[in-house]
Amino acid sequence: MSEEVIKAEGLTKVFNHNLVAVDHINFSVKRGEIFGFLGPNGAGKTTTINMLITVLKPTEGKASILGYDIAKQNNDVRNTIGVVPQEYTADEDLTGYENILLCADLYGIPREISKKRANDLLTLVELTAFKDKKVQTYSGGMRRRLELACGLINRPKVLFLDEPTLGLDVQTRAATWNYVRMLKKEFGMTLFMTTHYLEEADALCDRIAIIDHGKIVVVGTPDDLKESLGGDIITLSIKQDVDITNLVKKIEHVKEVKKENGMYMIKSENGEVTAPLIIEALRKEGHVVTKLSLTKPTLNEVYLQYTGKSMRDAADESRDSFFAQRAMMRRSHM
Amino acid sequence: MSETNNVSKSKIHGLWALTNRELKKWYKAPVVFALTLIQPVLWLGLLGNALNISSLFSTGSIQFPPELAAQFSPAQLGALSSFFSGLQNQIMGSTFGTTSYISFMAVGMIAFTALFTTMFSGMSVVWDRRLGFLNKVLSTPVSRAVIILSKVLSATLRSMFQAAVILLIAIPFGFAFGAAFTPLNILGVFAMLFLICMGLSSMFIAINIRSTRIETPMAVMNLLNLPLTFASSAFFPIDKMPTWLQAVANANPISYTIDGMRQLLIFNSINYTQLAVDFAFVGIFAAILTTIGIVLSWRFLNK
Repeated sequence: MSEEVIKAEGLTKVFNHNLVAVDHINFSVKRGEIFGFLGPNGAGKTTTINMLITVLKPTEGKASILGYDIAKQNNDVRNTIGVVPQEYTADEDLTGYENILLCADLYGIPREISKKRANDLLTLVELTAFKDKKVQTYSGGMRRRLELACGLINRPKVLFLDEPTLGLDVQTRAATWNYVRMLKKEFGMTLFMTTHYLEEADALCDRIAIIDHGKIVVVGTPDDLKESLGGDIITLSIKQDVDITNLVKKIEHVKEVKKENGMYMIKSENGEVTAPLIIEALRKEGHVVTKLSLTKPTLNEVYLQYTGKSMRDAADESRDSFFAQRAMMRRSHM
Repeated sequence: MSETNNVSKSKIHGLWALTNRELKKWYKAPVVFALTLIQPVLWLGLLGNALNISSLFSTGSIQFPPELAAQFSPAQLGALSSFFSGLQNQIMGSTFGTTSYISFMAVGMIAFTALFTTMFSGMSVVWDRRLGFLNKVLSTPVSRAVIILSKVLSATLRSMFQAAVILLIAIPFGFAFGAAFTPLNILGVFAMLFLICMGLSSMFIAINIRSTRIETPMAVMNLLNLPLTFASSAFFPIDKMPTWLQAVANANPISYTIDGMRQLLIFNSINYTQLAVDFAFVGIFAAILTTIGIVLSWRFLNK
């Protein structure tokens, strides 16, 4: 089998003949990696995931999961993947245990096997004590964990998580991240997730694709993407009123020096290595550094660089069009 | 978790799991379950007794004026009186096919309940879409036809159970089986119910599956339920209706269902030709609607 677990080529979805939700995207996900789709609401993340999990048929292009074509071999795909949807899909009137067994039945897993697996998974997501309680008594975090357990019942090789921490509090979000890391580490699972939280993509994903208006604008590891901006920013001021621009420029790793309001903004790779070098060089010339700060670029800067707007603005801007689009997609079945 | 998922499965795996999910929501919820049992009691107790139609024709309501009574001898009066009391049963019999209106109505209620149960379970598909459950199921190897069939099947099983409850409850209210009744006829009744419920719930699911708002199907259901219920023989015989309404009622599969069940349960003699027509009509209706419903829903789910 190929190292490319998920492969999409020119994948496109058009709703109602005019709304292009996903526009000729290409990407591949390697075995055992956590791949994140980052973008604001309405960017096409859920539509992409719905195509990959065989719920929606692509309008154009193709994609495969472990070599199975999502359109032609959809049943093989379905047997290979696990899905943790954005919504709480567990049935409120049933217990957690019954919900997991229901999921098992949907995969045709015989009862004697599914009972054992259900119990193992309940232990894994720490819900054993609540397994016979109706889901309507569960908290948001417990429901997320139950969804996770349901998504794992068929022992998938690829797990799809759609906005796994949407609406969760900080603590539960961190706990969810730990489960995701564990799945990768303990079971070598390949994970595909969507998120509109920059810090989530940064903390969790090995590689991310930034998606905007249905198109992938850039793919890379969070670090590479941040590096691509030209490195860290060191801001410093000195006691003496002399221009040190040319002096600093000669120092290794330094790329760019700007003076603004008496402060020097120094762009550099490996800022934490460069900063001591700068201090040392300045001291040799008799300059005293009074203030120094080091800023690592965040994904927000990356996002800004590639989409021309900050994540927050994008979310605001797309909110109206997002609801219009979602209403349309719902009508034409998401 | 690296071990492969080699599970043998049939084409219809998941059918019972999905059907049972629907049924559990009903029989595991004590309040909902109790209400489905109380409802027929109320209907039969209130409506069945309020519409005590046979009392309209009782001898008590026929008084001979004294000047008329004076013209007859006591023996003649006695004969007249017994003629009139016989007339009551005769009118009831020729109008409703049975002397007890509650028996007539109870069978109508069975069909009426089947209609409502299938209607409401059709709506559950809207919730499944809204809450994301449908998408979740669509991402599993369950066949698309099974997803729809499970809805149809759960509505059918529920209606059949409720029919049995209505019959049992109707007996203390005065339900009288016809002379032609044998316990075997119950099987015929269930066969009839099975057919009509398959047809109706396939139709309602096909209507509902495209909708994401509960309001739209509610409006459609309200629109359909009145003509389907009252333009049928559920509460009143068709041949006493105005001609235009008769035409509607005669095209209504509910009328045929009810006629078939009445023949099997409360009539004193079974008209086998009519019974065959009833079964054929309902059977064809069910076959056509189930096919259309499943094809439409299947095509929609495969978008």
